[in-house]
Amino acid sequence: MEYQDLSEIIKQSYKNGTPLRITGSQTKNFYGAALHGEKLSVLDYSGIVDYEPSELVLTVKAGTPLREIEELLRSRGQMLAFEPPHYGENATLGGSLACGFSGPRRPFADSAGSYTLGVKICDGRGRILSYGGRVMKNVAGYDVSRIMTGSMGTLGVLLEISLKVLPLPDCELTLKKQMGLSETAEFFSAIARKPFPLSGAAWVDGAVYVRLSGNERAVAKASRTIGYDEKNIHGHAPADRMSDFWYHLKEHTLPFFSSDENLWRLSLSQTWPFSSDRVSESDIILDWMGALRWIRDPVDPEKIFSEAENAGGHAVLFRRRPEMMNSSDYFMKLGPEALKIHRRIKKIFDPGGILNPGRMHREF
Amino acid sequence: MGKTEKASFDSSEAQNIKKKQLLGELRKILPVQRILYSESEMRPYECDGLSVYTNLPLAVAIPDTLKELKSILAVCRKYDVPVVCRGAGTGLSGGALPLSNGLLISMARFNQILEIDPENRTARLQPGVRNLTVSQAAAQYNLYYAPDPSSQIACTIGGNIAENAGGVHCLKYGLTVNNLLQVKVLTMEGEIITAGGTGFDSPGYDLRALFTGSEGMLGIIVEALVKLLPVPESARVLLASFDDIKQAGDAVAEIIASGILPAGLEMMDELAVQAAEEFAHPNYPSDAKAVILCEVDGCEEETASDIEKAKQIFLRSGAKNVRLAADEEERTRMWAGRKGAFPAVGRISPDYYCMDGTIPRKKLGSMLESISEMSGRYGLRVANVFHAGDGNLHPLILYDSNSPDELKKAERFGADILELSVALGGSVSGEHGVGMEKLDQMCYQFANPELETFHEIKKALDPPGLLNPGKAVPLLSRCSELGGMHVHEGNLPHPDLERF
Repeated sequence: MEYQDLSEIIKQSYKNGTPLRITGSQTKNFYGAALHGEKLSVLDYSGIVDYEPSELVLTVKAGTPLREIEELLRSRGQMLAFEPPHYGENATLGGSLACGFSGPRRPFADSAGSYTLGVKICDGRGRILSYGGRVMKNVAGYDVSRIMTGSMGTLGVLLEISLKVLPLPDCELTLKKQMGLSETAEFFSAIARKPFPLSGAAWVDGAVYVRLSGNERAVAKASRTIGYDEKNIHGHAPADRMSDFWYHLKEHTLPFFSSDENLWRLSLSQTWPFSSDRVSESDIILDWMGALRWIRDPVDPEKIFSEAENAGGHAVLFRRRPEMMNSSDYFMKLGPEALKIHRRIKKIFDPGGILNPGRMHREF
Repeated sequence: MGKTEKASFDSSEAQNIKKKQLLGELRKILPVQRILYSESEMRPYECDGLSVYTNLPLAVAIPDTLKELKSILAVCRKYDVPVVCRGAGTGLSGGALPLSNGLLISMARFNQILEIDPENRTARLQPGVRNLTVSQAAAQYNLYYAPDPSSQIACTIGGNIAENAGGVHCLKYGLTVNNLLQVKVLTMEGEIITAGGTGFDSPGYDLRALFTGSEGMLGIIVEALVKLLPVPESARVLLASFDDIKQAGDAVAEIIASGILPAGLEMMDELAVQAAEEFAHPNYPSDAKAVILCEVDGCEEETASDIEKAKQIFLRSGAKNVRLAADEEERTRMWAGRKGAFPAVGRISPDYYCMDGTIPRKKLGSMLESISEMSGRYGLRVANVFHAGDGNLHPLILYDSNSPDELKKAERFGADILELSVALGGSVSGEHGVGMEKLDQMCYQFANPELETFHEIKKALDPPGLLNPGKAVPLLSRCSELGGMHVHEGNLPHPDLERF
């Protein structure tokens, strides 16, 4: 498939006012509003365009499976440092970036958007546009690449993405320590204020898990200082990953996630005393040192949204009960000023409103 | 955008009336001592760090509350007066250059650190807070603010955000955007937009990233929440000297490929080394053709192992000497030479013109050869100072502004370097911004449809088009006058033609 083909389809749809639903391997259909419109698959727009390990830069087509990318990088001793969740066997890089997902390493290594150096997109008029580039530092022009990350296909179809990649750490070690939820805030702040080589910090089912990555001696020293009940040194071979706590946390394959309850994703400042007094401990998982909270909570969405807003944070109804599949607000509402700006930006890239309409916010 | 051009044709009589109206309104908002309008009072504001461009505004306003700032914008909307915002004026691309038909707003009095939160490792800041004072205030918690542009003693957080400032440590710690959680922006329409959040994610599009590096075109930054990091247990720096600059360039690529992620990886050529040695006496080997500074940080064990690894790579790559800073004092001295490289070069030439292109690291050698060839052809010396680790070059072109011909040549030479940066797959600006300076070169990096979307984005955030108009994004007409030289995916049109 050539990008010109996609461009032609979009041009026609723009002319006819036909809404399009952009799809890859459909592993993230559960996220955000239900899709409607004619299917536009980018799955066949796939492949590595350029990879220079010594440049730490990888350029790929959006339909390339994440699995393939991660295997290639691993073979050259490198990784995607934002550790994107796949949520399915054939997840593509494009879908992952469109959702803006980052994994457990995010507070220590930055987000998907931050590793996106440049993008080529096809906008809602069928125009092929390129922003950013393949170099580490680039402040020429507005940072449109990052706006595309996390915009859920509402501004353009991602075609090609240049990513910054990082070397794999020499050594990884996970510590497990029994701890009550109420003690975690202090614990996470204490370890984060020390220059430890942290790459993961979570609380699940009465225990904190801390991942250390880097030089072997540095990792060993930090593990002694932090202390643990159990520890487990692990590498990066694909065979290891199924036994890896971080893999299960990232991919939502821990037992916690198998429930049919509504699953909320809250992004807050790590010490914010949110929900823990109201929700039972067994319905909470903390990642990102407490700055990301997964909560099973049947209460009124409006209540959670308003609590998150008061905290200056962000709440998403991440997975929802089947009977709520058709309700429309999964994401926190935008304020009137921000909504106005969003609508104007949407209009620049998709004046016909044909790209994933309503997928992110029902207003656009 | 059309407004500036229209306004610049206003007769001086109309300009005077406008100035009187503006001053009359400003006096209702600000005490008289915070409104400057005489030539002598406004002189200090005539330029930013790019002093080849100067201009006097209609007036300078120095508000110190958000309410005052909002009222000033309302007046500017009413009288259709363009606005340029300024922090400390250390920017290097003319972004804070006043407009002769506009108002200059100094944000200097918004200089409060509102909160340092050691538990969450964040600092809430007003935009006029100086970069270095953030780290100083956080030091009591053993935390610091990572972005460290060379002007960090003077430059402000608001300016850092507007330019997405970098520094010598951004290879490992990122640019300003990577260290910014939330920004509050006052739009030209007088509304406050809060972009980003106290956590890592926020709803909607990443407007935080859009505002960062937008060069004062989209809104006025009124508050920022930045990340603080724990001070590394140990930081050690190696100095490697080379007899051949290309070998040094290759060594940089080797270091990165080896899996070490240095906190800083800087390179200077012979002329920059000599100038730095005379200025700050960092004890650089002054006979070297190139010097690399490689800093690693982390815990003691980690830095010791990385330093050994880096040392072996430098020696294998042909370094004639590799020296480890023995103590903190020597480390500070080694960095003082690098951080003072610009003023040092300023001492060996009446003027210099600083470039800021970024290229893929592997092209470093060929770029250096081209710069040296151009230097011979233009008859102007060049001192090269690089953030080599991330491919960001700062060639300093030496010239004498008393010779009218030399400035023109220096500008042409600089433009050639930037155009070559784009042709090699890079960018015209790594960290200094486009401002007034690189408008032409933007035409090489971006095609018309992308530039159009930039103008539309500006219009979405600033419908009256009054914020810093005419900067950062060239008009399409300007590009077409240049002859449509857009470089598509690194391919120059007519690649067979020599273009140096």
